[in-house]
Amino acid sequence: MKQATRQLLLDPLHLQNPITLQVLGICSALAITTTVETALLMCGALTFVLVCSNTIVSLIRNLIPGSVRIITQLAIISSLVMIADEILQAYFYSLAKELTVFVGLIVTNCIVMGRAEAFAMANPPLRSALDGLANSMGYNLVLIGVGLIRELFGTGKVLGYSIFPDGYEPNGLMVLSPGAFLIIGIFIWIQRSISPEMNEDS
Amino acid sequence: MELINIALKAMFVENMALAFFLGMCSFLAVSKKVDTAMGLGLAVIFVLGITVPLNNLIRHFLLQEGALEWLIGEKAEEVNLSFLSLIAYIATIAAMVQIVEMAIDKFSPALYATLGVFVPLIAVNCAILGGSLFMAQRDYTFSESVVYGISGGVGWLLAIVALAAIREKLRYSNVPASLRGLGITFITTGLMAMAFQIFGGIQL
Amino acid sequence: MDFSNRYILGFSLALCLICATAVSALHESVVEKQKANAILDKQINILRVAGLLDSETTPSQSEVDVMFEDVDAKVINQATGDTLHDQNPWQYNALKAAKASTSGVDASELPSGPRALAKQIQVKRLPKSLIVYEVQKPGKECLVLPIWGNGLWSLLQGFVAIDLSGNRVIGITFFSHKETAGLGGEIDNPEWKAQWPGKILFKDGAVAATVVKKGAVKDPTIQVDGIAGATITSLAVGRSVHLWLGESGYGPFLNKLQEVTP
Repeated sequence: MKQATRQLLLDPLHLQNPITLQVLGICSALAITTTVETALLMCGALTFVLVCSNTIVSLIRNLIPGSVRIITQLAIISSLVMIADEILQAYFYSLAKELTVFVGLIVTNCIVMGRAEAFAMANPPLRSALDGLANSMGYNLVLIGVGLIRELFGTGKVLGYSIFPDGYEPNGLMVLSPGAFLIIGIFIWIQRSISPEMNEDS
Repeated sequence: MELINIALKAMFVENMALAFFLGMCSFLAVSKKVDTAMGLGLAVIFVLGITVPLNNLIRHFLLQEGALEWLIGEKAEEVNLSFLSLIAYIATIAAMVQIVEMAIDKFSPALYATLGVFVPLIAVNCAILGGSLFMAQRDYTFSESVVYGISGGVGWLLAIVALAAIREKLRYSNVPASLRGLGITFITTGLMAMAFQIFGGIQL
Repeated sequence: MDFSNRYILGFSLALCLICATAVSALHESVVEKQKANAILDKQINILRVAGLLDSETTPSQSEVDVMFEDVDAKVINQATGDTLHDQNPWQYNALKAAKASTSGVDASELPSGPRALAKQIQVKRLPKSLIVYEVQKPGKECLVLPIWGNGLWSLLQGFVAIDLSGNRVIGITFFSHKETAGLGGEIDNPEWKAQWPGKILFKDGAVAATVVKKGAVKDPTIQVDGIAGATITSLAVGRSVHLWLGESGYGPFLNKLQEVTP
């Protein structure tokens, strides 16, 4: 694999992680990581939308006038999300019912818009698609990690299976959003202790 | 009286940032200094104050079931465009943000220099879309939506300025190197959010 | 790259047209299927809350139609509790009726108790006629009553099943809501819903069954423990039950029922 491609694929997992370094997509990372299952659903939906939107924006990037680029990107993203939602509602109703809550969260997920703006507007379609995939993987990694910790300590279960013995008193803070802030904060701490080059000067 | 209740509720009890965790990306990224936080907060108030009432009108006269009555009369009963609401709201928001950006650039270069960079960020600030969705869900009237939009923005401004003030003080503290910047900000926000939960039990 | 104003205008128009047409065309082509799905889902929920169907199996439309031979529906007058024979219960939509000025009442006109409840769960209008589903399957007889109210994010629409004496809960379920998954969304959790069966509905002439904040249950015959981290949603469920089974909801109908079956 060429150096540039490898960087494109691996950087978003750790050194350029969308959540812990680029500060993108925080709202959804807080809202839907209470259990692993919902985190997984969101991961799947976001990966689909991010890859598609990056590809489409990149395909028409030379046609988009600068003064209306925000609305163009958002129109493409929200149409994509709506189309996916309509199809799911018609053919996979039970799945759609679980996903409807995420629809609004994906449209305003700044990862989608952020990557369209920062990468897809300046790069060819294939590379943009790869960038979309890599960034969603970086996002998924954090989401599933946080979801795992919150579900384990917040309910004593993982994916519905009890892990802790019966006497375990669930920690209510973990299911609440402030708990998610603390966990992500600690994530960042660990990550930057491993790779000090990510540290910020204060 | 009802309007005052809505305003107080939107500012404190249901604070967009610290109770509903909306608009977190810019909340965390642009809270290093009180000045810039103030600028972004003002821009959010402005955009929320315009888009929520605007989307309210769009909802009442275009999208709602039977809303097209003024245009096509009786037949409107059968037309329900509400499946388009999300796309319509986000389009209004993006268009407003773009117009605001161009207007500031043209008429007040000084303000653009301080505020300009944040304006595109606002388009994907979920607090803005959240405002419109809450408005739709709660079926606010036009005047209620004006009050709700503005006071929702004020609540967000209060929260981000409070965080920025804490971060300015934090700069003089001895935080572990790897926790500096984003890490400690997350933890601070978590603690602030916990404190804000005391408003949760208030019934207005 | 520089673009002329005309190009920008043309581009924006084309973009709007393409996006709106794509979404609308798709919506038109699948809307019937979506509606059928929604109706089937509602029917399945009625069967589940009445205990005729477990939560694992998802039957097809034809299977549901067979099971629905044991279910009768009627529209009743809210104020008197009398059956309205001129209304087709399978086509009557109470939520929609509430919004119209002729078939609904404004919450501000209610007596003070229900008015306060309606305000808390942001129900602005109530219908003048209500639907009652009567499950007649031998051994499983019960009444299924639709209820609704706003939680934290969204309108919660669901059913309460009660026994024929009208005083004991058989089950509760929500078929439509958009609460946060893992927090408010836990109202779908079977373990939480399992707290409801057996709760006593009325005590001293008022609705008694209620939801309290997590960990604050004092009287388990009437109180249901709230969901951790989702107090607003949990309380909204309890308040919906209070509002809809009270004097401005099914109250008059249930009173009548108790007069007939002592």
